[in-house]
Amino acid sequence: MRLVFEKRKATSISALILVPLISFAVSLCLTALLLTIFGADPIKTYSAMAIGAFGSLHGFAETLVKAIPLMMTGLGVAIAFQLKFWNIGAEGQLTLGGVAAAGVTLFLEQYLPGPLLLVGALLGGLLAGALWAGIPALLKTSLNVDETLVTLMMNYIAILFSEYLYYGPWRDPKGYGFPGSRMFASNAWLPRIVGRAHIGILIALFVALILWFILKRTRWGFELQIIGASQHAARYQGIAVERNIVLAIALSGALCGLAGAFEVTGISHRLQQGLSIGYGYTAIIVAWMSQLNPLAIPFVALALAALSVGGDQVQMVMGLPAAMGTVMQGLILFPMLAGSLFTEYRLLAVIDKKGSLPG
Amino acid sequence: MDFVTSILTITIRAGTSLTIATIGEILTERTGILNLGVEGIMLMGALTAFATVFYSHSIMLGILAAMAIGGILALLHAFLTTTMRANQVVSGLSITLFGTGFSSFLGQRLGPESNNFRLVGLRAERILPFAPKWANDIPILSAFLNQDMMTYLVYLLIPLAWFFLYKTRPGLWLRSVGEDPYTADAMGIDVTKTRYLYTIIGGMLIALGGAHLSLSYTPGWSENITGGRGWIVIALVIFSMWNPARAVWGSLLFGGINAVQFRLQASGTSIPANFLNMLPYIGTILVLVAITWWEALSKKVGAPAALGSSYMREEK
Amino acid sequence: MCAQCNTCRLFLSIRSMNESNIPKVEMRRISKSFPGVIANDCIDLRLHKGEVLALLGENGAGKSTLMNILCGLYRPDQGEIYIDGQQVEIHSPRDAQKYGIGMVHQSFKLVDSMNVLENIILGLRNEPFVPDMKRVRKQLMELASQYHLGVDPDACIWQLSVGEQQRVEILKLLYRNAEVLILDEPTAVLTPQEAHELNRVINTMKQEGKSAVFITHKMEEVIEFSDRVMVLQKGRVVAETSTSETSPKELARMMVGREILFQIERKPYSPGKAILELSHIEALGDRGLPALKDISFSLKAGEIFGIAGVDGNGQRELAEVVTGLRKSIKGTLKIADKDMTNKSPLEIIREGVAHIPQDRASVGAVGDLSVASNLAMKQYRSRPLAQGIILLPKRIVEFARRLIDKFRIATPSPNTQVKFLSGGNVQKTILAREIGAARSLIVAVYPSRGLDVGATESVRRQLINMRDDGLGILLFSEDLDELMQVSDRIAVIFEGRIMDILDAGKIDIEHIGMLMAGMKTEVD
Repeated sequence: MRLVFEKRKATSISALILVPLISFAVSLCLTALLLTIFGADPIKTYSAMAIGAFGSLHGFAETLVKAIPLMMTGLGVAIAFQLKFWNIGAEGQLTLGGVAAAGVTLFLEQYLPGPLLLVGALLGGLLAGALWAGIPALLKTSLNVDETLVTLMMNYIAILFSEYLYYGPWRDPKGYGFPGSRMFASNAWLPRIVGRAHIGILIALFVALILWFILKRTRWGFELQIIGASQHAARYQGIAVERNIVLAIALSGALCGLAGAFEVTGISHRLQQGLSIGYGYTAIIVAWMSQLNPLAIPFVALALAALSVGGDQVQMVMGLPAAMGTVMQGLILFPMLAGSLFTEYRLLAVIDKKGSLPG
Repeated sequence: MDFVTSILTITIRAGTSLTIATIGEILTERTGILNLGVEGIMLMGALTAFATVFYSHSIMLGILAAMAIGGILALLHAFLTTTMRANQVVSGLSITLFGTGFSSFLGQRLGPESNNFRLVGLRAERILPFAPKWANDIPILSAFLNQDMMTYLVYLLIPLAWFFLYKTRPGLWLRSVGEDPYTADAMGIDVTKTRYLYTIIGGMLIALGGAHLSLSYTPGWSENITGGRGWIVIALVIFSMWNPARAVWGSLLFGGINAVQFRLQASGTSIPANFLNMLPYIGTILVLVAITWWEALSKKVGAPAALGSSYMREEK
Repeated sequence: MCAQCNTCRLFLSIRSMNESNIPKVEMRRISKSFPGVIANDCIDLRLHKGEVLALLGENGAGKSTLMNILCGLYRPDQGEIYIDGQQVEIHSPRDAQKYGIGMVHQSFKLVDSMNVLENIILGLRNEPFVPDMKRVRKQLMELASQYHLGVDPDACIWQLSVGEQQRVEILKLLYRNAEVLILDEPTAVLTPQEAHELNRVINTMKQEGKSAVFITHKMEEVIEFSDRVMVLQKGRVVAETSTSETSPKELARMMVGREILFQIERKPYSPGKAILELSHIEALGDRGLPALKDISFSLKAGEIFGIAGVDGNGQRELAEVVTGLRKSIKGTLKIADKDMTNKSPLEIIREGVAHIPQDRASVGAVGDLSVASNLAMKQYRSRPLAQGIILLPKRIVEFARRLIDKFRIATPSPNTQVKFLSGGNVQKTILAREIGAARSLIVAVYPSRGLDVGATESVRRQLINMRDDGLGILLFSEDLDELMQVSDRIAVIFEGRIMDILDAGKIDIEHIGMLMAGMKTEVD
């Protein structure tokens, strides 16, 4: 008798819903176990986290602050993954987007009125991200170079470049030695809504809707789905595979670049350290957990942001390390990764009949 | 000691943890498994080693504990990717996420109350460099000798790993699994077992690399002790073209730049340093392009052909 | 138990009483079926030491299945295997190796980036921890010279020609002390020169007391290489004879022999103007070797033009050239009198050409997408399915429902993902989509392969309907029955050439069989 994985004969809707739920439950239990080992009451901890993230206006605003870049980069990464293009370079695309936005603001401050300056900065972010993602896309389509590692390496080049800028030529001469660019003039600040949360949230939600519309309701989106599912089939139907891949990945990079532009124009108002703190990597997890569905991404991004903010709160209130939030994020993923198998396969016990194999 | 020797000394010390981890990841990737959890495993290795040594005063125990943790995390990755056929990229990143968070968490929890929950600044036994007294005056050579036990281990590990991979039967089987799992399977090699085994061994070595950071290089523990080295290791694997013997060049390169950077920063400016720091990453991309291009023409050197894809034999 | 068994048991016992030497390999009453098809039906096979046996038959005759059972890849549903007179159980290739049986498959089991020596010892458990490569090399070179299998031990597999790779595969088996070698279509990938050299190798093996079985569909091979030949048809042995006592003509008859089936009802054959004209088309295969060598024919509207031949003789490449998926290096291609040589697939689709591809699972249909999406994949660019750049989901579902009804596709809903449909229904989906969009020519490649009787009927009916409507159909099939039932004219393709074009009404079965096996003229 042995255990065997057998492919399912139909999409199990129950599996699609149950698996994420069960995974979440498992991770809650695992974390609770961890907390108990370290002498903290799980219930108290969870509620402290929830209150921290959503219980106050301030908390909620901070959650949004973290959610916005996660949403944008998550959406960007999701398009790429739709085409089975593993864009690990969201972090770098975000960084360069921030750099471009800062550059536009710093150099065109004198010449353009506020709103125009802002639009220019955001556009700069879009273009920088598109370019940075376009390079690995071209390398893939023309030379078949593996994108996973190239995009990863380009993250570091981008981060180092931005460091060079704010430590060097763009450094604020009046900054008391603190590394970072000069502060943007206030008319170049992205308007905020509540707390530090800015209108980027509206743009992000809008982008999510547009992206969903493109994927599900336009010819181009349909072609992208086909390319992602089978490049052969796409070619056979006359679809221009290479060109579409490059366009879509450029879009992916553009969205990540926009996220960076948001951070710079809406949160920090200058180019400084703290732009690259891992949103690009967490975005991959957001996209994956949302099963690449643009409509689910804002929710998942919000949830992960809440874990992060909740973690910070937990540190202040319960004396637990802030890293609690990160640990939980990791712990959620393992059961989900393991569970993802069950959406496609069933576990069966097989009894070997003498002399023949099943099927 | 003259300038060159002192730079070389620092370079070798800086490169030690990188080289151990790189060899570990090479073994893993050679079976076709991409483990992006290196950063997380290095951090957990560093923390575990430090904490164990701090409480037990035994370096050996610390090293073993670190390797155990590395093996466990790698086992998780192997399980998720090989048995559960989950996405290798997401699995690796999850381990990095978890490892980063958990090491931070433990680091803050394990410290004494008075130190505000951090292990920073605490002193543990550490691996001291040992070198015969007479070697101190010899230029260049003293750089190689004035190192600690782990570096000496690396001197052994590199040729051993190379020999194992290219000259032994299990090494041959390992390589075949990464190149062509279907053929390997047809020839009677257990692909699954091979992937599990070398992913775990890889994880143990990666954690060992992390241990070097907290027990010798820094020493001590702080939250970002790896400073992104885990990602450099991934670049180094490509840079060395999955060949342990070449791993040393990349580590010297990255390690050397690290060392030189200290000097440059000390003198006030860090402008050239950043561009210097970019070189390894740009170099890695160029290597990737060259390999892929050349592979299309010749298949002479390349990534293990089956890297990153999952494999399952169909039942007949 | 098969119906013939009492008879064959009696027959065998009489025969064995007369036999003095025990056969090296004996397979008795082997039966094996897969869902929907009986691959082997009560087959008996005997192979003596120093003998070369040819297994002849068309695709689907059961030759590969039988040999896969012998070398441990499949397990039979019924039957026994005897090696040197002892009954054995072969559950895996390692078991087969233990009994001295090895197989050289059509796709080689070699690691491209490693060299010959490494591939030879790959997987051998009795090699020491550090293999003594000098000893391996010596042993290998001895075997190589003994059997005339010259090869460079340090060369990497990717550097070797296909013929040389095959030699490595054979050496692998010899190194593992194989006594019985099974070769699957061995000359399919060889040049005539290399085939000749292979003959020499096989003769040397015979002298050394080794035995061989080779699977083939080529008459030349049978005559040149084998001592005995066994002909299989639809899972049964239809003939067994020593090679010297038969002729290609007889073999051809045995291979394809069947009752003549009547053609499916259709309108009288009145072809219109030429829809597809190929003139001296040449094209290369995936490996850079010529796959099509001077193809010319003209296909008319209102005609089903069948291409007969065993898979691997250029059918795939020909279909790809006609649909724009492969470039031709010489010659011209015209569709409805328009020069479409080397135009893109999209342009050819725009000329109203439909393509039912060979690979339905990953090219013809996209498993992860819904039935409706798959049905829409050809016509989504324009009305009624789309308005400008926007898709109209309601129209798409309506469109899908209509096609699902018309072609009787069994699916729980139009939104079910195609990967959950049975093979027959996937094919119906592809057909529905392609036929729905075809306006001039349909290229159908093995459209009823792997389908059950009902689905097959429906596929053939659809093709005939389209032909009656005035379209041209280029039908590739390995099933002669199908070709004769459905086609108006039949061309036979062999090694990239059209051997002959025949009227379906006046088919001489033997003639076709011989053409399919590469013999151009009648040889007595």
